[in-house]
Amino acid sequence: MYGGGSFLVPYIIMLIVEGMPLLYLELAVGQRMRQGSIGAFRTISPYLSGVGVASVVVSFFLAMYYNVINAWAFWYLFHSFQDPLPWSVCPLNGNRTGYDEECEKASSTQYFWYRKTLNISPSIQENGNVQWEPALCLLLAWLVVYLCILRGTESTGKVVYFTASLPYCVLVIYLVRGLTLHGATNGLMYMFTPKMEQLANPKAWINGATQIFFSLGLGFGSLIAFASYNEPSSNCQKHAIIVSLINSSTSIFASIVTFSIYGFKATFNYENCLRKVSLLLTNTFDLEDGFLTASNLEQVKGYLASAYPSKYSEVFPHIKNCSLESELDTAVQGTGLAFIVYTEAIKNMEVSQLWSVLYFFMLLMLGIGSMLGNTAAILTPLTDSKIISSHLPKEAISGLVCLVSCAIGMVFTTEAGNYWFDIFNDYAATLSLLLIVLVETIAVCYVYGLRRFESDLKAMTGQAVSWYWKVMWAGVSPLLIVGLFIFYLSDYILTGTLKYQAWEASQGQLVTKDYPAYALAAIGLLVASSTMCIPLVALGTFVLRRLRRGDAAPVA
Amino acid sequence: MMVPLHSSVGVRARSCLHKNKNKQQQNTSSTKMTKLHNSMIPVLLLRNNIHVFTYIHRKENTRQKGAENAFKVRLSIRTALGDKAYAWDTNEEYLFKAMVAFSMRKVPNREATEISHVLLCNVTQRVSFWFVVTDPSKNHTLPAVEVQLAIRMNRNRINNAFSLNDQTLEFLKIPSTLAPPTDPSVPIWIIIFGVIFCIVIVAITLLILSGIRQRRRKNKEPSEVDDAEDKCENMITIENGIPCDPLDMKGGHINDAFMTEDERLTPL
Repeated sequence: MYGGGSFLVPYIIMLIVEGMPLLYLELAVGQRMRQGSIGAFRTISPYLSGVGVASVVVSFFLAMYYNVINAWAFWYLFHSFQDPLPWSVCPLNGNRTGYDEECEKASSTQYFWYRKTLNISPSIQENGNVQWEPALCLLLAWLVVYLCILRGTESTGKVVYFTASLPYCVLVIYLVRGLTLHGATNGLMYMFTPKMEQLANPKAWINGATQIFFSLGLGFGSLIAFASYNEPSSNCQKHAIIVSLINSSTSIFASIVTFSIYGFKATFNYENCLRKVSLLLTNTFDLEDGFLTASNLEQVKGYLASAYPSKYSEVFPHIKNCSLESELDTAVQGTGLAFIVYTEAIKNMEVSQLWSVLYFFMLLMLGIGSMLGNTAAILTPLTDSKIISSHLPKEAISGLVCLVSCAIGMVFTTEAGNYWFDIFNDYAATLSLLLIVLVETIAVCYVYGLRRFESDLKAMTGQAVSWYWKVMWAGVSPLLIVGLFIFYLSDYILTGTLKYQAWEASQGQLVTKDYPAYALAAIGLLVASSTMCIPLVALGTFVLRRLRRGDAAPVA
Repeated sequence: MMVPLHSSVGVRARSCLHKNKNKQQQNTSSTKMTKLHNSMIPVLLLRNNIHVFTYIHRKENTRQKGAENAFKVRLSIRTALGDKAYAWDTNEEYLFKAMVAFSMRKVPNREATEISHVLLCNVTQRVSFWFVVTDPSKNHTLPAVEVQLAIRMNRNRINNAFSLNDQTLEFLKIPSTLAPPTDPSVPIWIIIFGVIFCIVIVAITLLILSGIRQRRRKNKEPSEVDDAEDKCENMITIENGIPCDPLDMKGGHINDAFMTEDERLTPL
């Protein structure tokens, strides 16, 4: 979207400048403090345990809405065992003479997604009922997550071997299939032709920074939680570098696969469009069947326009301008990419059931892997705290967290659920995470002391911390995060009211609508509840200390 | 000509009746060239035949009706068959007429329809043409509704005769009945969902039960160890100076105060 090949430049620069240092910092903090995020920051300074609490709150929000994606992946996976694939054909209308109207206007994949999977309502105000099919899939998704985290991080570690390696196998299979598809080269050329003028666009750099930030999972507390189980002497610098490099190369590898499939879909749609135009012209002017091809279409159109102007002008409004570039430019992100674009490409492949099953299985593995990291971030502080773990066993705590998240997650299975999902997706994590990581970096460098931290690490791992990391931690990364933060805030303020995309069934496409007041309030609450933790807990600790000192003073 | 030329449909249908009454067929299959202008203009061959004119004057009313009862057919043979496409010639037209007559014969009251009753005209390069079914005994064209019904019921047979399908052999104005989607009695996805659901529930129960059993075993051991400790502490005060710890059986340590049985016997 931001210039294909030239996007790699900001991506890699941001990785080196922002991704690796922050990842190293979080791993080192976890390994040194040997506690989850709340305990770790309480050790640094009691006033800063709010950072850990904020991490847990953000992870909780993420856990609530992220598992809905897994539920949808389950839904599509179960439906992939049918012949033909249910999203490749439109259902018939009442008297069986044509296809369903909504399906005709949109495409069959969009119809399956918006009508059969989500049964989406026209706006966020109309809540509708809980749809039992996605609700069942959500329940199953939570049960699977519970199964994996039941025994704690030791068992999670074994599951993660599986959930992390399987997607690679599937990606390789898809790479081979994708590169042999007709039209894949179009997508790859589009990806790798650098559009140098995009480098001057600040949005490309912002996007690169954001991508690195969120794909590494900084600020959720899951990295600290996992690192706290490491051996104290393990070389976390090496781990940080390896992990971030593997992460980025996987992203690039996945984007090669994505773009080859994209190219296939765009070429297919382009050729379909040409075929439709040819058919229209052939039928209107009674030309010989098969006479019009892609190469002579323009010539013939010119000839027809000049020879039969009246007839041509009648049919002209129906002739679409087919262009491969515009097909490739329809960039989609997020859930739309996974469930609409990919399914559209898959339905046109041979043996589409196999590819569909493979793809959604991979999606499921990735999703469950993310959920495991998330729930670890929530559970580690809970099991670390003496109060809770003395009353309840580990299984009960995990069960309770899963149950509560599942119950709240049922909101996302109502008819307006997808709009609430988009709210959570866009606002629950973005600003809060930036703030959390900023406070983390400042806390470690300035409150705990960079020199003290460095000597701790040296004592623990036996390795000195090079000047590069110190410069990054103390200076560059915080400045970068502040820059990102300011950019996002100004973006939100400048656009005025927040808008969302609603599906209009009668038109068969998305329309932009304004959020109602209570939705805006919900967004504000989401962002505030995690960011306000930091100052509130600091204030609370301060007040408690004053009270305790007040009690102690008369005694002394 | 008294009849106003107000619609191209009427023109084509009327010319259809003219030509066929005189057993004239337009020869288009030989000119399979990219001469576009040939296919554009419908050729009106008005014959200077008095028989035709008298027919026209006498059958003016039915001619109007005939215009409504004609159907346009459009074939896309090359799209459907590619290299194996056959050429559209008079023999194919004969087959088409035969199929239409066959369909009409299946309608009650129309069992006497013959191939000669089906009239084709205006065959273009597309390939497209108009056809109409006549009833010579009453000298009018059969109503469109009947023809439509007949074709709809036998659409499959007609398609198969030409190795085409509903999209490549189009009858304009006759909508095709689309195949209903195959709905199994139990949706497949529920079956798979049920299987995986049961597996997961079973796995969870097994893990929880084994966890509880492990914890119970751990709870029993420390309690036995605790009893031994209590006895030991009491005995320290009782025993004469020998501290209990080496005598303690905790941890399975060997008690050095006792000699093992084997060492009493001297080796041979």
